[in-house]
Amino acid sequence: MSRAALLVLADGRFPAGGHAHSGGAEAAVRAGRIHDAASLEAFCRGRLHTAGLVAAGLAAAAALGLDSVELDAAADARTPSPALRAAARRLGRQLLRAARATWPAPELEALAAAFPRGAHQPVVLGVTARAAGLQPLDAAHVAAYESVGGPATATVRLLGLDPFEASGVLARLAPVLDAVAEEAAAAALAARRDGPTALPAASSPLLDISAEAHASWPVRLFAS
Amino acid sequence: MAAAGAGLRATARIRAVADGRGGTALPLLAGEGPLALRRTRSTGAGGAGGASVTLVGAMSAPLGGDHLAVEAELGPGARLTVGSAAATLALPGRDGAPARYGTRLVLAEGAALRWLPEPLVSVRRSDLRVHTRVELAPTARLLLREEQVLGRAGEEPGLLRSRLTVSLGGRPLLDQELACGPGAPGGWDGPAGLAGHRALGQLLVVDPRFAEHPPPAGPLGDLAAVTPLAGPAVLVTALAPDALRLRAVLDAAIRDHDW
Repeated sequence: MSRAALLVLADGRFPAGGHAHSGGAEAAVRAGRIHDAASLEAFCRGRLHTAGLVAAGLAAAAALGLDSVELDAAADARTPSPALRAAARRLGRQLLRAARATWPAPELEALAAAFPRGAHQPVVLGVTARAAGLQPLDAAHVAAYESVGGPATATVRLLGLDPFEASGVLARLAPVLDAVAEEAAAAALAARRDGPTALPAASSPLLDISAEAHASWPVRLFAS
Repeated sequence: MAAAGAGLRATARIRAVADGRGGTALPLLAGEGPLALRRTRSTGAGGAGGASVTLVGAMSAPLGGDHLAVEAELGPGARLTVGSAAATLALPGRDGAPARYGTRLVLAEGAALRWLPEPLVSVRRSDLRVHTRVELAPTARLLLREEQVLGRAGEEPGLLRSRLTVSLGGRPLLDQELACGPGAPGGWDGPAGLAGHRALGQLLVVDPRFAEHPPPAGPLGDLAAVTPLAGPAVLVTALAPDALRLRAVLDAAIRDHDW
């Protein structure tokens, strides 16, 4: 594996459009559920174990080379909110554009041909990791990190939270993040044997509910 | 019913078939152990020609270590409504082993099932794993309600893991797992979890007509939302302070949409 490729893929400056999404933090801030570093940490912890784990499982499975059409259907089934499905496909499309330019590979071309309207972002992330010579566990790490990095950065902007405090939240979550990535990579191996139902399906009712409310706001800072 | 190891094993089975005269017959209606089945008078809720069954919990179950299962199979064109007489209580066992409750629903072409059990209450120190698997033929119709209540009034909940896996025509339609209570992964009760709410529920409606005319997505008050899935189905997800207010939201959704 190339450790440098992992840094390029996980870098917030990688032009894949993630900065426009708050991972549900904008709705949680508006509802008063995120109001300081402690509540941001609780939010990120919950998101990491639900949306983060699911994304990490899909990314690891795609990096392992499992069928992307089947994985995309598994992602749909794990994403009841149409607002979140649309966001995941938009992000997938943007990531694929950046990935094809960065790590040209037949697998990425095939993915673009199979999903003209965009595949779920974690599936694209996994295929991208594979094209970059990374392992399934690396892809799981990136997906898990994105699931909390997005809300943390967004909360700095939304709440004027001290960026040092936001970084502290992410640092405190690091051991859990490692564990989630490892669980996801193990599930990807199980999925190779038993099919995508072996992938995690952890859900958060409140994230789904508030995603729909957020999508109906006339004015918002973040796309999701 | 077999008393294997610490807990009991029991499976209740229902088979419903169209009787060829516009009605539905129940060639198999077999309870076991704490799971008793009663054929009940059709209320009309399942539509004309539908059969109706009530699941009667004859004992408090599941206890830790128990493995309970309910299986319902609907043949082509069969119509069935299943309810339960009372809430299901997840109770702690003696040795701390988790209890399991599995439900498997299989619907053939043109079959219609209304699966409307009473809530599942996760009692303090219980540990229950629920898995509901639904396999639908492409033209089957389903209305399925799940309600989970965390603890009896004012009580701490136990650990509850509940997965709902639904396929339509062999393709995945919905796959979700909820974990909550002491021992669940961190953040379950936080701002990206239940945020202190003690009742949550879902209503899954699958209808081939939604392929053309899906109900619109959107919030349903502050704590519920209607979400059309990637197939001909819609999911209503709701949180509430308690079971009564949860039921009111889900009932209103059924009524307003005429599901």
